[in-house]
Amino acid sequence: MKLDKQRYQQMLAQKSPPSPLWKDCLKAFLFGGAICTVGEGVSNFWQWRGLDTQDAAAATAITMVFLGALLTCLHLYEKLAKHAGAGTIVPITGFANSVVSPAMEFKSEGLVLGMAAKMFVIAGPVLVYGTAASVVYGLVLLLLGGGGAG
Amino acid sequence: MIERIGQRTLRFAEPPLLLSHAAAVGKKEGEGPLGAQFDFVTQDDRMGQKSWELAESELQKTAIDTAIKKGGLQKGDLDVILAGDLLNQCIGSFLASMQSDVPYLGQYGACSTMAQGLALGSCLVAGGAARRLLAAASSHFCSAERQYRFPLAYGGQRTPTAQWTATAAGAAVLGMRGSGHIRITHALFGKMIEMGVTDANNMGAAMAPAAYDTISTLLSDLGAQPQDFDCIVTGDLGHVGADLLLTLLREDGIDLSPVYSDCGSLLFGETQDAHAGGSGCGCSAAVLCGPLLRDMQADKIHRLVFAGTGAMMSPTSVQQGQPIAGICHAVVIERSNA
Repeated sequence: MKLDKQRYQQMLAQKSPPSPLWKDCLKAFLFGGAICTVGEGVSNFWQWRGLDTQDAAAATAITMVFLGALLTCLHLYEKLAKHAGAGTIVPITGFANSVVSPAMEFKSEGLVLGMAAKMFVIAGPVLVYGTAASVVYGLVLLLLGGGGAG
Repeated sequence: MIERIGQRTLRFAEPPLLLSHAAAVGKKEGEGPLGAQFDFVTQDDRMGQKSWELAESELQKTAIDTAIKKGGLQKGDLDVILAGDLLNQCIGSFLASMQSDVPYLGQYGACSTMAQGLALGSCLVAGGAARRLLAAASSHFCSAERQYRFPLAYGGQRTPTAQWTATAAGAAVLGMRGSGHIRITHALFGKMIEMGVTDANNMGAAMAPAAYDTISTLLSDLGAQPQDFDCIVTGDLGHVGADLLLTLLREDGIDLSPVYSDCGSLLFGETQDAHAGGSGCGCSAAVLCGPLLRDMQADKIHRLVFAGTGAMMSPTSVQQGQPIAGICHAVVIERSNA
């Protein structure tokens, strides 16, 4: 038989099991929601301790990043993420995981060329495009006359 | 003397002997269905080393040393070491043999490396270039993950078609003289076959057409039927690739299923969460140099086709949008009852 690329692609699509989309979505919703609920609790805690809404939000972000980093170091975050998928990637704890995990992994190549250089290998694009988007947003705001707020 | 028969098969008039063999595997592989049939199972995947790359090289060294010892040989008895792995510049292999004081030829055939080493090694031995040589291959889940995918602690999800890189190594000694009943009678070097697969999480699909090409060419060159062999085993197509290979051959009227196995499907059990099965150079190397050759020694398998399959890609080529080609090298291994 002569192998035909187009036919093989069809055959491949038929034989390759797809990811269970609905199950993955449901798990992501539940795990992601649970993390946000914890975040809400942390926010309430800081407000109860006397911080105003804005400061409590900052303190909550710091606390959640710490928790994400801690769970990553204990090799628990990846076990949770295996089930949670997007539910653990999207919240800020996922950002912590994406910075801490390469820092841990590439320590063996040294603290400068390994850990520090590779630390943003996953989170880098988020930082680059996040910053770029905020600049564009700022410019749009300025042009529409909403500037001066900051 | 080496004779070419049919399209591409090489026949060894005086077939090289497979003098000894050994397999060393990681903890998860040791807990799998084949666990008891490996020579060495480590409980510490780090092998007491300071990096995963050194751990892999230590595992390969363990397989090499064990194979040499089991054959009643010493390193100095080898004329050449043919070894390979998945790491950049094959560091797992050269670090393992750096202090060996034996001529070294680095191999890269992705997961087909063990078959490539055995096929090439048989030619060197049969052609008189080496009296005795060793072929080895290894892979390590942790060193492969950090090179090809993500850091270990990164929270990602694997697709159902993804394969699990085996922490494993295998080594075999070939020679013309010595005691033993197992010989390599034929070899076939595979062509790279590219069928437009670009998904690095579906390597079985990328490799299946190459396995189809090699196995059907071999059968036709030998004028043989699948049933002429006790076992035809592919490197590590995994569940998805194995299914595709059987389907492709069935369209030619060849039913491989009664004698067919895949090292990637054999290595891990259903409950071990390996998704589509094992992969990595060490997977087929360890399954051959452990359970399969043991079965040949125990007279349970007489005639075996070992068809190692590899996916020709790198993170760079995939990121640049290049397709993944498959390759499959095969050797025919026979046990004589003399």
